[in-house]
Amino acid sequence: MFTLKEVTYNEILHIKELHIPGEKITCIVGESGSGKSTAVKLLNNLISSDAGSIEYKNKPIHTFDTIDLRREVVMVPQTPIIFDGTVKENLLIGLQFSEKPFVEDEKLHAVLETVHLKKSLEESADQLSGGEKQRLSLGRVLIMEPEVYIFDEPTSALDEATEDRVMGNIIKEIKGNQKTAIIITHSKKVAQTYGDLIVEIKNGQIVETKEISNHG
Amino acid sequence: MDEIMELGLWQMVAAYLFIVVLYIILKLRGIEREKELLISTLRMTLQLVFVGYLLAYLFENNHVLWILLIIVVMQLFAIQNIFKRVKHPLGRKLKQIIILSMIAGTLASIFYFIIVVVQVTPWYEARYFIPIAGMMIGNSMTGVALGVQRLVEGMHDQRNHIEGALMLGATPKVASKKIVNQAFDAAILPTINSMVGMGIVFLPGMMTGQILAGLSPVTAIQYQIAIMLGIVGCVSITVIMFVQLGYKAFFNEKSQFRNL
Ligand SMILES: Nc1ncnc2c1ncn2[C@@H]1O[C@H](COP(=O)(O)OP(=O)(O)OP(=O)(O)O)[C@@H](O)[C@H]1O
Ligand SMILES: [Mg+2]
Repeated sequence: MFTLKEVTYNEILHIKELHIPGEKITCIVGESGSGKSTAVKLLNNLISSDAGSIEYKNKPIHTFDTIDLRREVVMVPQTPIIFDGTVKENLLIGLQFSEKPFVEDEKLHAVLETVHLKKSLEESADQLSGGEKQRLSLGRVLIMEPEVYIFDEPTSALDEATEDRVMGNIIKEIKGNQKTAIIITHSKKVAQTYGDLIVEIKNGQIVETKEISNHG
Repeated sequence: MDEIMELGLWQMVAAYLFIVVLYIILKLRGIEREKELLISTLRMTLQLVFVGYLLAYLFENNHVLWILLIIVVMQLFAIQNIFKRVKHPLGRKLKQIIILSMIAGTLASIFYFIIVVVQVTPWYEARYFIPIAGMMIGNSMTGVALGVQRLVEGMHDQRNHIEGALMLGATPKVASKKIVNQAFDAAILPTINSMVGMGIVFLPGMMTGQILAGLSPVTAIQYQIAIMLGIVGCVSITVIMFVQLGYKAFFNEKSQFRNL
């Protein structure tokens, strides 16, 4: 899906080569400050590399219209972003931003179920707890059904049991729809359980790429 | 009392006694502001005397070139003042947008006001043109300065929200809509509020001057209402132009957020 070659960014990243396969789950691990968030922002054109080539679907990424690309490769940032309004409005805002038709409440309820958020659609979103906001921001992206999901530490604010349940549901849905996901995580368990590929970044360089063959 | 009363030398001296009173209070209380007070009083006096003679000359010698020169000076001063008042680095693109919206917004309003509302002939009649242009440019300057301040702060403080919206496929325009609206609101609010207090809390300087100088209050008020509406319009046009273009300075051609 993505191929990076000799990519550098601002002294922060030096990626010799990286291939992220389509319809698979790629987990990115590495210590804090190693450049994980920076690396994935190259994939939705939130930032541009200084040098090197990045291809998406075998075409240079700069040949894609940025906005169209971001509607296909949707990213959930490390800090969940909550917009003014209700839970419902927050779920729908991704569709609004990407100019896609809204979905019925039924679908919204189903998504809340998937991310294990027991809240009414009419509740004001800014009163949610940190972990609830995180799950809301995950649900918002699931509704958009993009080609590629990028999750930056999607479960950092969740307890282990909730993490298991939420990640399990999300991965099942992504795999079921034959979509691609890139997940940055600090959890060894998440990487081992769900990753088809585990990429380790250290000081802005890829130090290990490991395929996991026992699942997917 | 239809005759205009001119103030004589001793009457002016008597007026300056107010400053002496303040000076004594500052001295007695040990508040170190005497220097500022004296400089401000001196500047006010010199500037107004200068402008008084300048206006007298211009009113006598109407010429289109004088008027054009005055517009240029006013615009330069106003734009410079906006750059100075905003406490953030602005960057080249944002500065260009400020200049463009100030010039286009105020000129359009001034000429509409002069030609359609007041119907001055010739349009460059200094007696009308100078005070009207001064008020419109001055108020737009304040409005745009507030708008710039709010836009820059909003973009800075809400960077995560803007990038969050971009990640969800929003265009820069949609992603910054809320901040743009807040900046517009902050910029025009003082102008809107100033209409409310008109005539009750304060009589605007122009009107007070006209009444004291012997003009009928009814005529003075007609002008005041017209100029107030003109100011509201001019500030709105200038500020909306600025915010509609200004947010673009925060994004590059790849719709990536950039610092100024
Ligand atoms: N816009 C920027 N300008 C300069 N330096 C930056 C910028 N963004 C990130 N950095 C630096 O780049 C390095 C990598 O940051 P990044 O956010 O990618 O790390 P990370 O691996 O995601 O860390 P964490 O696990 O803590 O989220 C850090 O040292 C950070 O300070
Ligand atoms: Mg990070």
